[in-house]
Amino acid sequence: MNAILKDTSAMNDTTNFLDMRAVTKQFGDFTALDAVDFSVSKGEVVAMIGPSGSGKSTLLRCINMLELIDAGSITFKGEVLGTEMRGTRCVRLLKKTLDQQRRHFGMVFQGFHLFPHYSALDNVLAGPCIVGRKRKRDVMERGRYLLSRVGLADRMHHYPAELSGGQKQRVAIARALAMDPEVMLFDEPTSALDPELVNEVLDVIKELALAGTTMVVVTHEMEFARKVASRVVLMDGGRIVDEGAPAYIFNGGGTERCKRFLSSLRT
Amino acid sequence: MDIEARKDLQDPAVFFAETPLTRRHKGEPNRPGARQQPASPRIHARPKKSDWFWYAMLLVVVVLFVELVIYNPRWQWDIVAHYLFNKRVMKGLGNTLLLTVLSSALGLCFGVVIAACRMADNAVLRTAGYVYIWIIRATPPLAMLLFLFFLSALIPRIYLPLPLLHANLFDIDTNQVISRFSAAVIGLAMYLGGYSAEIFRGGVSAVDRGQREACKAIGMSDFRTMWHVVMPQAVRIIIPPLANELITMFKNTSLVTVIGYVELLTTVQLIYATNFETIPLLTVACIWYLALTSLAMAAQSLLERHFRKGVQT
Repeated sequence: MNAILKDTSAMNDTTNFLDMRAVTKQFGDFTALDAVDFSVSKGEVVAMIGPSGSGKSTLLRCINMLELIDAGSITFKGEVLGTEMRGTRCVRLLKKTLDQQRRHFGMVFQGFHLFPHYSALDNVLAGPCIVGRKRKRDVMERGRYLLSRVGLADRMHHYPAELSGGQKQRVAIARALAMDPEVMLFDEPTSALDPELVNEVLDVIKELALAGTTMVVVTHEMEFARKVASRVVLMDGGRIVDEGAPAYIFNGGGTERCKRFLSSLRT
Repeated sequence: MDIEARKDLQDPAVFFAETPLTRRHKGEPNRPGARQQPASPRIHARPKKSDWFWYAMLLVVVVLFVELVIYNPRWQWDIVAHYLFNKRVMKGLGNTLLLTVLSSALGLCFGVVIAACRMADNAVLRTAGYVYIWIIRATPPLAMLLFLFFLSALIPRIYLPLPLLHANLFDIDTNQVISRFSAAVIGLAMYLGGYSAEIFRGGVSAVDRGQREACKAIGMSDFRTMWHVVMPQAVRIIIPPLANELITMFKNTSLVTVIGYVELLTTVQLIYATNFETIPLLTVACIWYLALTSLAMAAQSLLERHFRKGVQT
């Protein structure tokens, strides 16, 4: 019986793809993540929801090590991220190795964080050219393709200051895609946008989802979570309090805490 | 109704959008000869009565300047003109410029290193940077120059003993290193280094943290992040205070007179010590300081314009 259980768990894709075990993150005395177990399988679209301060952004930032975890482990395709064993002590990896491991992930921020001194195209090419050491003329075509994929082929030579919020966020998505990440992480990608610009960004994310990109999206857009996500995760107080298919979460199947959160959004 | 319309126009964006001039710039057809008439009368700033007072004051200042400076025989403008391009003055000016350029270059290098120390992860480096800045801030530059010049009295030989081996890694006579000139360059550079380090640090930390996170997220190394993303943005913030510091430095070169190095101000002092034309010769020095500072300020505004690219205002 045990052997059978072990077998199925080994075959389960989640253990081979992104897997977080007992991840703890503290900011001073505040525990942002409290021994969180979380995994993502290939091609999955996970929507993270929850009240502000519940740790969902922190969890996302821990995945690509923008925040370094204090305890626990993260593995990606069997590779331990961020730490190694030295004898019996677990120590953080060299910065250089961290930089290499971060390339598995593409990140899109709430505040865009485009490079203001580069044009839209140069922002997209920043990854391949500065990090990948490729020549600009060799990757130009790919930059153009990525910008056209987010519907901004005609804004290529504009500086971020000349773009609207929605356009900036779409350039940021193209910039993240330029490094060919295996997982895309979205940290409240539409929270800083004017309401009428939200959909142009969500449409791009939706298209990525249809193309089979593995994604983790922290969002407050419940409609988006319901339609696009393959799994919804609710966080509260640094813990995952509920998770399941959107149909389960949004059609009243969740825990009490989940129902309370969803009803607070409706009022 | 009337008030409502004015409130609307108080918003500059609305005001300029409603003005035909900008409409023409946006590419609306503008037939030559057919000037577009604004729909409603253009609104002007309200004239202030106090403006007339200030214009009157300006007149008073101009009159005083002409009377007390230009037509004042005691300024002795003929002597000023005679000494303005005097050979000794030129040599002094050359020395001032040489001193400024060398100690600025060295000082900015110090500044970068110390700023890097101040922002380092390592506690030893951080403390070292902090202590350096503390000492520089606490010491008057005059005292610093004198200390350096008389260093040989304090430390006659500079050497690094190798314990147990009974030998020295190097051993130099201090007086070989410290001349009037090198003491001046090193002293001024140390001073600039301490102050510019804080300016660099301020500029770097003023760049949005998100920029560094965005770089990290695409796997960029810290060095490339600094070089390609942080520095181009920090330079814009750094230029005004740094230009200030460099111009101060240019005038601080006159402090080296205490260790007897002959630069511009010392030169004119030496000249008026013999011919007693104190005021005209000080004026000569001031005119040169003024001229070169103006050049530096022009260069500053050109630089500022260059680095304004893509910046939201």
